[in-house]
Amino acid sequence: MLKGKAFKFGDNISTDHIVPGRLAHLRSNLPELAKHVLEDADPDFAGKVKPGDFVVGGSNFGLGSSREHAPLVIKMAGVSAVLAKSVARIFFRNAINRGLPVLICDTDKIKDGDELEVDMAGGKIKNLTRGKEITFKPIPEFMLNILNEGGLVPYITKYGDFKA
Amino acid sequence: MGKTLAEKILSDKSGGSRKAGDIAISSVDLAFVQDTTGPLTIRAFKEAGFCELANHEKTVLFLDHAAPSPNWQLSNDHMFMRSFARETGCILSDVGEGVCHQVVAEKLARPGDVIVGADSHTVTAGGLGAFATGMGSSDVAVAFALGKTWFRVPETIFIELAGKFSKGVYAKDLILHLIGKIGADGATYKALEFGGSGVTKMAVTDRLTIANMAVEAGAKVGLFPSDEMTYEYLRSLGREKDYKPLSPDKDAVYGERLSIDLASLEPTVSQPHTVDNTALARELKGINVDQVVIGTCTNGRLEDLELAASILKGRRRHSRTRLIIGPASPKVLREGVKKGYIDTLLAAGAIILPPGCGPCLGLHQGALGDDEVCLSTANRNFKGRMGNPKGNIYLASTATAAASAITGKITDPREVL
Ligand code: SF4
Repeated sequence: MLKGKAFKFGDNISTDHIVPGRLAHLRSNLPELAKHVLEDADPDFAGKVKPGDFVVGGSNFGLGSSREHAPLVIKMAGVSAVLAKSVARIFFRNAINRGLPVLICDTDKIKDGDELEVDMAGGKIKNLTRGKEITFKPIPEFMLNILNEGGLVPYITKYGDFKA
Repeated sequence: MGKTLAEKILSDKSGGSRKAGDIAISSVDLAFVQDTTGPLTIRAFKEAGFCELANHEKTVLFLDHAAPSPNWQLSNDHMFMRSFARETGCILSDVGEGVCHQVVAEKLARPGDVIVGADSHTVTAGGLGAFATGMGSSDVAVAFALGKTWFRVPETIFIELAGKFSKGVYAKDLILHLIGKIGADGATYKALEFGGSGVTKMAVTDRLTIANMAVEAGAKVGLFPSDEMTYEYLRSLGREKDYKPLSPDKDAVYGERLSIDLASLEPTVSQPHTVDNTALARELKGINVDQVVIGTCTNGRLEDLELAASILKGRRRHSRTRLIIGPASPKVLREGVKKGYIDTLLAAGAIILPPGCGPCLGLHQGALGDDEVCLSTANRNFKGRMGNPKGNIYLASTATAAASAITGKITDPREVL
């Protein structure tokens, strides 16, 4: 069971909002880069987020570049899952590859600051603040196998190949 | 049941018949990274315990995003990548050797290939009929080592093009129009496939511009058939042996179909801060422009230098407007010099950058000041993209960019042609 506070963002949060290109010189210094997570969407986010919290987006979350640093710094900030109405293809794959769950659900039912509880196996999100239950789309099986191993590197280390 | 281009290529590369929705474990013909994603790829490769590449001749490290490097941290990343290239024997495309997607198109991509790159605009090679897509560092690290990857075979939106562009309208206007129409997530998880009579005579350079931006509609790939124009392009590069014809089956099953009459299009511009926020150039007439950029993997080819030079010949940039030109590869730059385009552009007041990404990603060579406006031929105008979240980026064709450099305001190129 994952539990934490929702940090709500709008539609079309791009990888440039999450880790802007101007900080490319920090990409080999991840702890430093992580201090800027989501800076161009909310400059105070890195200071406010606590381990276990959730990043909640609107539609097309994570659009843009292939930089895996985007889900990586979100995970490093302690975020336990990203919730969004829809999510860009590369970001989705990268997040799973780094062991960060991405849950597709109706995020209109979540407001900034709401307390949430996520039941990964049951496919349910409880909005404790509003007393509402939200279901999320199951993660495709192939990706779930990768997520369950903690990401692609641990998955490949374990199996040596893709399990068809 | 007939197959789309995506289904054909992925069936071929996964050794079985695949249709949309299937999972395909596909062999990879070419895998590459660039200098902002490469270090993380190399670390993931090592973390997974790999030492050897599946195919060192089909593994490429590009140093193009920070080229030449603007600071010591990125210089160290370059050193790290060069040493990995020495260790493994893979190909290194060093500083000054061009933007990855342009070099891939000129030298490496073949019709029917599966190409993965740790850069979202890897889709560019779809213009040559390659199933080419961007992935993150972990996925590419595994492709480096195993020579394969997995895909969910995408559903396809077929874009049927008919007619011809009218004067002042280009491939860039088409793709901006299409993204404006279907939205920045209009093709998420899907393939865009282009066909119809409007494609038959379309130059591969135009196809590359269109395929390059498929990802801005969320698409996994933007695919063109491989035909006579493809053969011509490869032949012009001395690569006719890489040609193979490729077309979808006549009875291919498409998720959706859209038709566009090229003659109906007008010069189109994306406004800040999303690519699908489009308008016609003439509707934005009069917006002051501080900086014009002509270049990047979208529009940094010889044809772009030629077009810009033809518009700027005997004219000068507006005194208020900086004009930055970034040829996408050394081949483009050298031919631009030989043909006199570079001289014309310099005479018009342009700054010529070394081959590379230039200011596109906001690292260097043209970061925006607060509230400045840039009109660029690149593919992205997200907030913060060009180095400053307070900057405003408009995207347009090379012709619109050149025309706007002359007047200092967003200008429909038909006014100056
Ligand atoms: S030119 Fe711009 S979009 Fe193209 S690869 Fe370089 S940074 Fe990316």
